[in-house]
Amino acid sequence: MLRLEHVSKIFEDGTKAVDDINLEIGSGEFVVFIGPSGCGKTTTMKMINRLIETTEGNIFIEQENIKDKDVVELRRSIGYVIQQIGLFPHMTIAENISLVPKLLHWPEDKRRARAEELLQLVNMDQAYLDKYPNELSGGQQQRIGVLRALAADPPLILMDEPFGALDPITRDSLQEEFKKLQQSLGKTIVFVTHDMNEAIKLADRIVIMRQGKIVQVGAPEEILSQPANAFVEEFIGKHRLIESRPTLQTVQQIMNENPISINEEQTISEAIRHMKDHKVDSLLVIDEKHVLQGMIDIEMIEQNRKKQGNVKDIMETSIYKVEQHALLRDTVHKILRNGFRYVPVVDKENKLIGIVTRASLANIVYDSIWGNNESISV
Amino acid sequence: METLVELWNYYAQNYAYVWEEFYRHFLMSAYGVLFAAIVAIPVGIFIARNAHLSKWVFSFTNVIQTIPALAMLAVLMLVLGLGPNTVVAALFLYSLLPIVRNTYTGIRNVDQAFIESGRGMGMTKLQLLRMVEFPLALSVIMAGLRTALVISISIATIGAFIGGGGLGTIIIRGTNVSDGTAIILAGAIPTALMAVVADLGLGWIEKRLMPR
Repeated sequence: MLRLEHVSKIFEDGTKAVDDINLEIGSGEFVVFIGPSGCGKTTTMKMINRLIETTEGNIFIEQENIKDKDVVELRRSIGYVIQQIGLFPHMTIAENISLVPKLLHWPEDKRRARAEELLQLVNMDQAYLDKYPNELSGGQQQRIGVLRALAADPPLILMDEPFGALDPITRDSLQEEFKKLQQSLGKTIVFVTHDMNEAIKLADRIVIMRQGKIVQVGAPEEILSQPANAFVEEFIGKHRLIESRPTLQTVQQIMNENPISINEEQTISEAIRHMKDHKVDSLLVIDEKHVLQGMIDIEMIEQNRKKQGNVKDIMETSIYKVEQHALLRDTVHKILRNGFRYVPVVDKENKLIGIVTRASLANIVYDSIWGNNESISV
Repeated sequence: METLVELWNYYAQNYAYVWEEFYRHFLMSAYGVLFAAIVAIPVGIFIARNAHLSKWVFSFTNVIQTIPALAMLAVLMLVLGLGPNTVVAALFLYSLLPIVRNTYTGIRNVDQAFIESGRGMGMTKLQLLRMVEFPLALSVIMAGLRTALVISISIATIGAFIGGGGLGTIIIRGTNVSDGTAIILAGAIPTALMAVVADLGLGWIEKRLMPR
């Protein structure tokens, strides 16, 4: 799809921003460039759509050298999203989204239809089409920024720290949303960031750069478990201890296999006794087939004390759970970020098979720091 | 009080004449600004792209601005003769600076993110100017036109000395007769009114064009 061959960039003042980079990016791959500021990651990206011209070397898109293409045509065939969003304030959302199609001379009704279609893709109301960018929140604006890049359906999209200016919660949801979108549309993405969390979350492959050179290329797991050198280790950060335990990959491996649970048909008073026996303040509720139905805690019982009834009648049914093969690092991230006390683990048929609690996390950290018998890479 | 009555009588007797001069005055000012805009906006855009030239252009327009209006009209009169065309030429020269300066500032101040965004999407230089830079700079450019028009309306008053006509004619007549206060006011009030209305009107347009 995209190939960089011995690409270098020397600026007029003599600084070598990018130094002999070789990289091959496959179709549909999500590649994240990361590194400290001034490492050349943005320069590398901008050379792909020739916002910056290469000094040496060649870049090929679908075997075609980009130097042989008309620069305007080239840019129209590549999506581009920047950190400052850059939605034009004097154009409506519809006009902003369909700007590249307009440059490509699509007819008016086709452009409008495309804008509507794209807005549906991110579940935004059609009413936004005729609003102006300043009427939208930052998160919504960047959603539109992403849609604008998708408008002419380019196979390749370049993104320069697109979520960098958003608040953490918005950033989180946009990252998830975008990753799903990318997978369903099969776009090739070149993404620049300096946020390691973001890189790990989104990337199929991470390219770590330093002083214009590539230090390491690999899948997130690879980079976490086998950092190439001290620089990468430092860059990944020591705080990633939990996530980088190479032997611990899925939730299944750390979960407690005996969660305290109760059958939904049992009575509330039985639930209280059950809690007391096991010294817990909440119970997971299952049916006779062991399928997770919900949870019940002491406060809910307190509020419904006078009612005679079964657990089923007062339990909370919308609860957060993970599948047993879910990646540990994602789960850890969610528990910590959202402040869950525990997360039930289920198998494919939604049967309760375990629980991950904050205590389980403490154990992994303990093991990482004090070691059991395994070697620890970070 | 007596003056007001006199003023009222003057308008009652000469309303058609006052209106004619008012209209003439406005046309001279508007044409001066219009011709200046035709020259100054492209020049402003050009020097915004080639910043090293801006120094020369601004020196030139600044020098024009320092020439006293009466002297300017006298010199132009030597070349172009008497009449309204000479006044329009002078107004043209005076309008250059505010319009060039504001166009330059407007274009230069367009946020780089928009430029990069537009370039990254594959706009040609002309498209970038037409679809991004110019619309975003328009309110600042309008502010330049507004300043130019207000200056022109005041300077056009002096145009009466070289036979340009306009409301200045009425004012000069007032100064030439003894006890001509009412006649001076009869010319000055519409002039001031025109300047204020032009300022408010273009200010309103400017606000409408402000990028949201």
